[in-house]
Amino acid sequence: MSTRIGRLSGLVLLLFAALFVNLNLIALVQADDLANHPANRRVIVREYQIERGPIIVDERAIARSIETDGELRFLRTYPEGPLFAHLTGYYSVVLQRSGLEAALNEQLTGQPTEVVAQNLGELLGTRGQPGNSVELTISQAGQQAARDALAGREGAVVALDPVTGAVLVSYANPTFDPNPLSSHSPGEIRAAWDEVRDDERQPLVDRAIRETYPPGSTFKIITAAAALESGLGPDSPFPDEAVYDVPQTTANIGNLPASPCGRGGSISMQDAFRFSCNPVFARLGVELGDRALIEQAEAFGFNRPPPYELDVVASRIPQELDPPQTAQSAIGQRDVRATPMQMALIAGAVANGGELLRPHVVGRIRDPSGRQLSGPDSGRWTEGLLDGRAVSPRTAAQLQQMMVEAVERGTGGAARIDGVRVGGKTGTAQRGATPDAWFVGFAEDRIAIAVVIPDAGEGATGGRAAAPVARQVMVALLGADA
Amino acid sequence: MFAVVLTVGAGLLLGWSRQPGLSATALVTGVALAAIALVAHLTVRTGAPYADPVLLPVVMLLNGLGLVFVHRVDLATGSELAPTQTVWTAVSVGGMCAVLLFLRDVRSLGRYQYTFGFATIGLLLLPLVPGITAGIINGAQLWIDVFGMRFQPGEVAKITMMVFLAGYLERKRALLSVANQRIGPLLLPAPRHLAPVLLATAMALVILAGLRDLGSALLFFGAFLAMLYVATGRLAYPAIGGVAFAVGATIAYQLFGHVRVRVAIWLDPWSRVTDEGYQLAQSLFALGTGGLTGTGLGFGRPQDVPFSATDAIFVVIGEELGLLGSSALLLLYLVVVVRGYKIALTARDEFSTLLTTGLTTILALQTFVIIGGLTRLVPLTGITLPFVSYGGSSLLTNYLIVGLLLRVSDDSRRAVLAGPRQRRGGT
Repeated sequence: MSTRIGRLSGLVLLLFAALFVNLNLIALVQADDLANHPANRRVIVREYQIERGPIIVDERAIARSIETDGELRFLRTYPEGPLFAHLTGYYSVVLQRSGLEAALNEQLTGQPTEVVAQNLGELLGTRGQPGNSVELTISQAGQQAARDALAGREGAVVALDPVTGAVLVSYANPTFDPNPLSSHSPGEIRAAWDEVRDDERQPLVDRAIRETYPPGSTFKIITAAAALESGLGPDSPFPDEAVYDVPQTTANIGNLPASPCGRGGSISMQDAFRFSCNPVFARLGVELGDRALIEQAEAFGFNRPPPYELDVVASRIPQELDPPQTAQSAIGQRDVRATPMQMALIAGAVANGGELLRPHVVGRIRDPSGRQLSGPDSGRWTEGLLDGRAVSPRTAAQLQQMMVEAVERGTGGAARIDGVRVGGKTGTAQRGATPDAWFVGFAEDRIAIAVVIPDAGEGATGGRAAAPVARQVMVALLGADA
Repeated sequence: MFAVVLTVGAGLLLGWSRQPGLSATALVTGVALAAIALVAHLTVRTGAPYADPVLLPVVMLLNGLGLVFVHRVDLATGSELAPTQTVWTAVSVGGMCAVLLFLRDVRSLGRYQYTFGFATIGLLLLPLVPGITAGIINGAQLWIDVFGMRFQPGEVAKITMMVFLAGYLERKRALLSVANQRIGPLLLPAPRHLAPVLLATAMALVILAGLRDLGSALLFFGAFLAMLYVATGRLAYPAIGGVAFAVGATIAYQLFGHVRVRVAIWLDPWSRVTDEGYQLAQSLFALGTGGLTGTGLGFGRPQDVPFSATDAIFVVIGEELGLLGSSALLLLYLVVVVRGYKIALTARDEFSTLLTTGLTTILALQTFVIIGGLTRLVPLTGITLPFVSYGGSSLLTNYLIVGLLLRVSDDSRRAVLAGPRQRRGGT
């Protein structure tokens, strides 16, 4: 019997050896993955031990951490509620993070995410170092003005500094309140989450950077730029027709109502721009050719996502267009789509003499003692073939003048501000049941702005619906500036 | 030996008092444990002076470690299990002492093998009896309520079952070893010799499966096969057992939804991390977080792991003491098992050998099944970690097993060390 007992104990030894090997695998090889698994509550508890740095707009915290008595030590709160929600995002135990809370997590916690995951003992034992504070380039007054001017309508406003690329306003309606999503009660979070997620108005979608719309006539800035770059001038004459007979199709392009823009006969490009003449720009697009139009749009940043602290979807123009498509694209219809952010960048390039800038919303980052760790990341948007120059300074100056004319004596009159050189282009795109209203413009070299109000209502136009919003925001920004 | 136990007590006390706030409780429990250890030691010195000197200290160490971590879980979850477990420790050690003092020769148990056989079935059926049943708890009907205490009779049935099997196999060993039936390449004894054993085991298994305690069913079956092999030396038995196990497992898989769920969790706990796979995922998180050196005593999160004081206490230890601590724990169990088999080897008669083999195998398998389950080596079934988990019935049973092992080892070692003349020597 003794050999059999020996064999039996050998088998048991083998089983224990298997346990030991497996234990080693878990505790050594898989340890990191397990310790940082998103479903591992330790990760969350550890993370919430850190006093996250505040996010600051105009010296006031729009996101800050408050100490609680709970197991999760710090509660993230957003004093302004929905106003900055698309920018800050939420900071949630159930939903994790979104917006800048996600993008700037390392700065806000003050340490790399991996370090947070590892230094458990230190974090539990001692009071951890608070995170860094992040100052945004956003203007409180401008942001509020955007909210007030939209007055509950769906839409988005993006304004930036044409010289630096600093984002001054980025507001989209509808929006949401990040506070319940960032609470420490999973029930409250889920209830709030279900509500915003199931809302058919889609308040979670940041229409300023995450949604594209047909730019309509605001795309004529690009068509005009391509024309000016090709050697034409603002005074170049075009036939002033009620309808442009598009080659290869019977779907011709006309004005609404179907009449010439001027007195008939001939019209200059500048006047056609001022009155937003569809037949002229459709013809211009076809005559320039699809390549010139596409290349100009891409020089302004189309077809690639702009570099930004948050993810911006790329604005699109197809890579190849037949003449009918070219004609429609030249007036911002068909398959052309743009984000408000993209159109604001274009306005910025016009306003600053032709440079395409990298937008940025983060200004200074400071450590808890107030020492500045980094400044705003301004500069030109260079990437691949993109050299950061959208148009020549000469073209930019001509475009500026054309856009100023459009505000002074054209469709953009509602954006005029006394004593300030305001330029802009309206857009009224046909997509849904009622038009999408646009205004893309600038105020001197101080503000570049884009406003979109999708589905703006029966008979709405960019000039009537969007331009007043742009004006109100620009006034607020200029006032805040002074 | 006494010194070892005392050191253990002191060490536990130290670790314990590091917990904030409750050092008074810790002190009381520590002193109580030291006193219990002293009683146990004195009883062994007088009742079984030649008994294996390693077994009891190691078991006391496991027990003490268990108390520390049950208390640790108390601190995390607000439960108050440690005092109860201390009382159970006293009761269990008392039970062990009673075995040592009143059972002078384990062979006398062999005479009542059929009584033990029926007792096993009775014990297993007890939780189904109306009036004393505690009803279905955590999906299984295993407990009874007597005098306000909750008890799991199936735990004690492990011992009675092993006594029955040892007695039976001792008598039929010769018959069973003679293989005169040929099935394929296997030589088998006549079915009629095997029938009672198979029948008893099948009944136990059916009862256990009916009570939905698959972990224990596995233990019984494993121990049964081990004893059969050791008794007869025929590999055909474990081979047939393996086939029977495969068939039984398939049937269980088809029959019981909860078995299917367990297997699915085992294969992929991550897709069910918030519901069925929660316990396994949390166990792995705890061990992974512990890493090599652990988070330190008191710095883990036992509140996240379901059944952290009972089934899952191993991962609480693994998290706070790390791989080093859990490996040390594993080694302690290995020591217990190795000593158990050594006692089986040196036992003076076949009944004792078979009994100790069975009891040791039960301890070894139980340790393997629960630790393997918590580490995703095998599908997780809820059973206790011997001597460490919270649970009175389990602790009592395991101490009774230790009592039996000590008694057998005292017998054989006395014969070797003291010679035949000093059969009943005192200190």
